[in-house]
Amino acid sequence: MNASLASARSVFALINADARHWQIIALAGLFLTSWMTSSFGATPLTFTAAFLGAITAQFLGTTLLNAFKSPRPDWLDGFEWKSALITTFGTTILLRATDLWIWFAAAFVGISLKFLIRWRGKHIFNPANIGIVVMLIWLGKSAWVSPGQWGQAPLVAGWALGLAALTLSSAKRLDIAFAFIGTFGGILILRALWLGDPMAIPLHQLSTGSLLIFTMFMITDPRSTPDRRATRIFFAMCVATLAAWYIIGPNQRAAPLMALALLSPLSPVLDFLFPAKRFQWRETTSPKSQFSPA
Amino acid sequence: MSRSLKSLAAALVLPLLGTALAAPASAFCGFYVAKADTKLFNDASKVAIVRDGPRTVVTMASDYRGTPKEFAMVVPVTEVPEREQINVANPAVIEHLDAYTSPRLVEYYDENPCDRRMYERMMSAPVSASGGFANDAATEAKSLGVTIEAEYEVGEYDILILSAKESNGLIKWLTGNGYKIPKGADATVNAYLKRGMKFFVAKVNLERHDGSAMLRPIQIAYEDEDFMLPIRLGTVNAESKQELFIFALTRTGRVETKNYRTVKLPSDMDVPIFIKDEFGDFYRDMFRHQVKKEGGKAVFMEYAWDMNWCDPCAADPLTPSELKELGVMWMAGGQDTGPMRGRPVMPPQPEAADVFVTRLHLSYDAQSFPEDLEFIVTGDRENYQGRYVLRHPWRGNYKQCEEAGDYANELVKRWDQEAVTLARLTGRDVNAIRGKMRMLGYSAESVRGVKKKTEKPEATQPWWKNLWSGDR
Repeated sequence: MNASLASARSVFALINADARHWQIIALAGLFLTSWMTSSFGATPLTFTAAFLGAITAQFLGTTLLNAFKSPRPDWLDGFEWKSALITTFGTTILLRATDLWIWFAAAFVGISLKFLIRWRGKHIFNPANIGIVVMLIWLGKSAWVSPGQWGQAPLVAGWALGLAALTLSSAKRLDIAFAFIGTFGGILILRALWLGDPMAIPLHQLSTGSLLIFTMFMITDPRSTPDRRATRIFFAMCVATLAAWYIIGPNQRAAPLMALALLSPLSPVLDFLFPAKRFQWRETTSPKSQFSPA
Repeated sequence: MSRSLKSLAAALVLPLLGTALAAPASAFCGFYVAKADTKLFNDASKVAIVRDGPRTVVTMASDYRGTPKEFAMVVPVTEVPEREQINVANPAVIEHLDAYTSPRLVEYYDENPCDRRMYERMMSAPVSASGGFANDAATEAKSLGVTIEAEYEVGEYDILILSAKESNGLIKWLTGNGYKIPKGADATVNAYLKRGMKFFVAKVNLERHDGSAMLRPIQIAYEDEDFMLPIRLGTVNAESKQELFIFALTRTGRVETKNYRTVKLPSDMDVPIFIKDEFGDFYRDMFRHQVKKEGGKAVFMEYAWDMNWCDPCAADPLTPSELKELGVMWMAGGQDTGPMRGRPVMPPQPEAADVFVTRLHLSYDAQSFPEDLEFIVTGDRENYQGRYVLRHPWRGNYKQCEEAGDYANELVKRWDQEAVTLARLTGRDVNAIRGKMRMLGYSAESVRGVKKKTEKPEATQPWWKNLWSGDR
């Protein structure tokens, strides 16, 4: 009895060692759900394409960076395959496209921009978010996001899974998830009240799979959102307001994704004005990797 | 006046138009047997939407079977359309589109396992018709806060575009002018008004109506960034679910619903031979069962195909002039090259008409579909069709060669699988299906000891079975 308890504890400790482990478990569950329950869902093939794109960009970025850092570089120092995997899941679950290479390109572009667009040692865009947005803008109808392709049961399970992952994770970013969904949902509900619509309408608008992934796994990314809690909440509310406006006003496809991509540059500005301790995926990062490419 | 007008909605209040016309189903050396068209579903609304960027042409038709006098249609729109943006279409075009995209039954004949040969065959099922009726216009609107923004006579219809300050006045005016607005429409009408929308209302003018039993579909051309279809007014009188078919024609590819789950109907399945005589029932049962499985909340994709061809064809692809009538605005010049004769079953040539059609089917009410439908045009051009397969067994002496013995064993397994498939698709009882198949000669007993080659298993039925009852 004690032995099994101890082993359960050690498994938990192992998973808990890195905040991303919980995310990976939850995202893998959502990926499987999408694959098995949707006519137009994620597939192992699109997953593979996205993973190749993400891991290639991660590898190139890491080695090039290390090459500049020292004459005798430790090539794979800071090679964050877990981050690449998370980007892969996000890209595969959210993005739909006509050709396989588009998933590769989305993940590749997303991770590449993580290395290329940075300010004060921090990347600006969430990789899966910006990768998808670039494809949507660049490719027009060949790439799209299907927000409504989730059944009711998978959605409920998904929110539960996401909540669990965020709660357990040491990243502690529930604040931003709640700030976002609270503001976004609040606006839609107020609008329904004003129009005299039944509550079924805003509730239906809130029950989309892409909103779930976005809230639980994208806007909560501790590496591309403000460090200080108050600024983080402000940031989330801005994104939520813009996303809601996109839905009510000028019908913008993939509204939350577009809103986050557009407002991401605000994050480093907020950090500059209101500095706070920078988040690291692992608290015990070796001193030499001051620069974490995750 | 702006040229754009938002969302029109089909659905609405009282349906439109009955119809008819048999789609000619000439034979290709294929296997087409029958189709399950929209007539299986009572009072179905049919909406064809042609979409290219913000440019949209909507054609609204329904199986209205009452008198023309009582027909009315109320559709929320965002802008006031000009006269040239409104048209009436030939109902035959929608019929043809329906036939072309219908779920289909196909059949194959097993060859003699000892002597490989194959038969193919084709049949077709004709379609039926009906129609409906009337109106006049009105004034004294001002006092109710209703403004008549525009007034048109189009074909047999009198059309008004109305704006209003609040729903009470509008509903009072509509009711007073012979439009039947369901009870409880108030809140919904008000929500549309608050969003600045106008109402497009149409009634039949008996003086201009030629008396035919058939009302023609109304068409509206407009521009709107939003790609949606208002269905909420149709859900107001929630007596029963509404049936809606959407035929979306685009240049780029498949259309799916953005705010509802789009699901491919299960397809390409082997089903028992007796389905041949009851394909309509089978299809309706299957659709109902699949709707239930999705909790009533899904939109079903029944067809997605390049308009230049089909395989097998339930009807010929639409001709260039038919496509143009539906509003396919990107077709060059519009000169009609005549009907596409000789069923084009091969993938199209590059210069062919660039039209991809998606057929969506939903059964909705206010609970399952609280919000208007919104769509996404995707770049996906993967072909999909609702297709169900009959495999006629070879009948003969199963002991005449070793292969025949193996074949007989496979047959028994296959039949069982067909029964299981049918049960799973429709929710029918698998043992009842097995019993029926056994009675018709599709069971282990019928394979063992059958000496004489009989093409028709129906021979096992009593001779009087179909004496007076026709084919059903």
